[in-house]
Amino acid sequence: MGGADMAIQTEALKKKYGDKEALSGLDLQVPRGVVYGLLGPNGAGKTTAVRILSTLLKHHGGTARVAGYDVARQSAQVRYSIGLLGQHAAVDEDLSGRQNLVMFGRLYHIGKRNAQRRADELLERFGLTEAAGQPAKQYSGGMRRRLDLAASLILAPSVLFLDEPTTGLDPRGRNDVWESVRGLVGEGRTVLLTTQYLEEADQLADTISLIDEGRVVQTGSPDQLKNKIGGDRIDVVLRRPQDLGPATRMISTLIGAEPETDADNRRISVVVEDRVAALTAVARSLSDAGLEAEDIALRRPTLDEVFLSLTGNRTATSAEPSAKEVASS
Amino acid sequence: MSAIIAPEVPTNPLAKLGWILADSWTLTLRGLSHWARNPTQILAGLAFPILMVLLFGGIFGSGMQVEGGGDYMDFLMPGMFVMSMAFGIGETMAGVTADASKGVTDRFRSMPMSAASVVIGQSIVNMLYSTVVLMILMGCGAIAGWEWTGSFGEAVGAFGLLLLLRFALLWVGIYLGLVISTPEAASAVYTLLFPLGIVANTFASPEMMPGWLAAIAEWNPLSSTAHAIRELFGNPGVGGTSWIAEHAMLMSFVWPLAIFLVFFPLAVRKYRALSR
Repeated sequence: MGGADMAIQTEALKKKYGDKEALSGLDLQVPRGVVYGLLGPNGAGKTTAVRILSTLLKHHGGTARVAGYDVARQSAQVRYSIGLLGQHAAVDEDLSGRQNLVMFGRLYHIGKRNAQRRADELLERFGLTEAAGQPAKQYSGGMRRRLDLAASLILAPSVLFLDEPTTGLDPRGRNDVWESVRGLVGEGRTVLLTTQYLEEADQLADTISLIDEGRVVQTGSPDQLKNKIGGDRIDVVLRRPQDLGPATRMISTLIGAEPETDADNRRISVVVEDRVAALTAVARSLSDAGLEAEDIALRRPTLDEVFLSLTGNRTATSAEPSAKEVASS
Repeated sequence: MSAIIAPEVPTNPLAKLGWILADSWTLTLRGLSHWARNPTQILAGLAFPILMVLLFGGIFGSGMQVEGGGDYMDFLMPGMFVMSMAFGIGETMAGVTADASKGVTDRFRSMPMSAASVVIGQSIVNMLYSTVVLMILMGCGAIAGWEWTGSFGEAVGAFGLLLLLRFALLWVGIYLGLVISTPEAASAVYTLLFPLGIVANTFASPEMMPGWLAAIAEWNPLSSTAHAIRELFGNPGVGGTSWIAEHAMLMSFVWPLAIFLVFFPLAVRKYRALSR
């Protein structure tokens, strides 16, 4: 493997908080110039991984390289190559947008004049020129996030970490951030994005690694992952409980897969490959056989199902310690 | 967009020091911008001691007696100066927790800047703030009838003792701010500053309190500084026959030093533990 071509590379990365293992041997290979998604439930180790890669946390085992530098031994070089967006917009809310950017620029030691010029460029790029003089606390959530993003781009870093960038934003703010993230690729920049939303990873990432209990359980493009877990599902809700048996047998032979049944809700759920053809076939066969359906729906797999099918142990919603707890410990 | 090349992290000690100074200056400017943006914050910080002066000096003052005789306002003002230094703990703590909870601390730590400057900048801003607060309080005290009879040199010495106490308490504030890390919990700790400021010789002489309370009040580090500056300002209420009262001048140096020696390493250790 050409390590030099990799923007981020970890091998058997381990991290413990007391007795609790947050990362239990994380292996990642992130090529340059892609958006790479780390998808997993709360407490899976996503935030811990980002904090180690951005030199905020020390790891206990394994190696991690960012932009070709070892995060433990060459942390200063790593810091020149990265931008970090944490779970909160890390800006001084009492200062104006421009004051924030000039301050962070000066802390990069690029000089007062360069810092001011760079601040104006970035304000323009992220559509904040008009609000440049207002204190950041008057910004909307999406605007504050864009300012945060601008602050992490002052040095035009080659690797950008986005740790759950849309948590706590309304749909409008979320779209705002998604647009900005799309604009960041190109320029040879690598983006590592963590999220607990399948949709977000699907929207933004070229490659996704599913993380659970501190290790990677599956890696692939969004399409590959969806195919791996069988893609979309058809849910059928029957009108009469006694139809459940015959309908299940019929769908099973029709699709060639074993459906899941939920007797209490008279629901049959089955993974399908050719979405539309399968939907048509199921609907026609049910009506031909006189099995009345109350509802037939085609839907994408939920994150719960992804994890259930790949890890087979627990659902995404049952995860224990929140990312916030991990971050503060 | 043009790329900007940042200078590399210096390796020689002199250049390193240059970075620390430059970053500390940038963060000091940040603190001063906060003042310019929120002048009401400064006024709010002053409102409490001024209110206390009016309340105790004006309303309760006629009923208050100074042990050994003397004007109550002359006794009260040095106590207020000390108390405003103690309340600075809350000021420092609020600054540290605000940065930690919003991720600003993380951003600083992920940048190639000097780590020490974050704390140095905070210290400079807090010390400047306390200096301004003290000067305004002294002005208000003078208007309300507080008089000092000591020499100018003694007054400067008293000012210095107050800032020494503030500097020591700065590290208490930084440590607590790092331990607590949410603004909500910080405001809960804030209320604990009241007993610290009141169970002392700030408002009343310990000689007038019940024995056990008097002992606590006398050994409160704030009392030594208050006692010492009353002596320097030539203000009343400097009696007391206990060891701690008789050695107030010495203890006004020993206490801040002891507080610093305990809380400075604790704060540094806690800051380093952020990466564990």
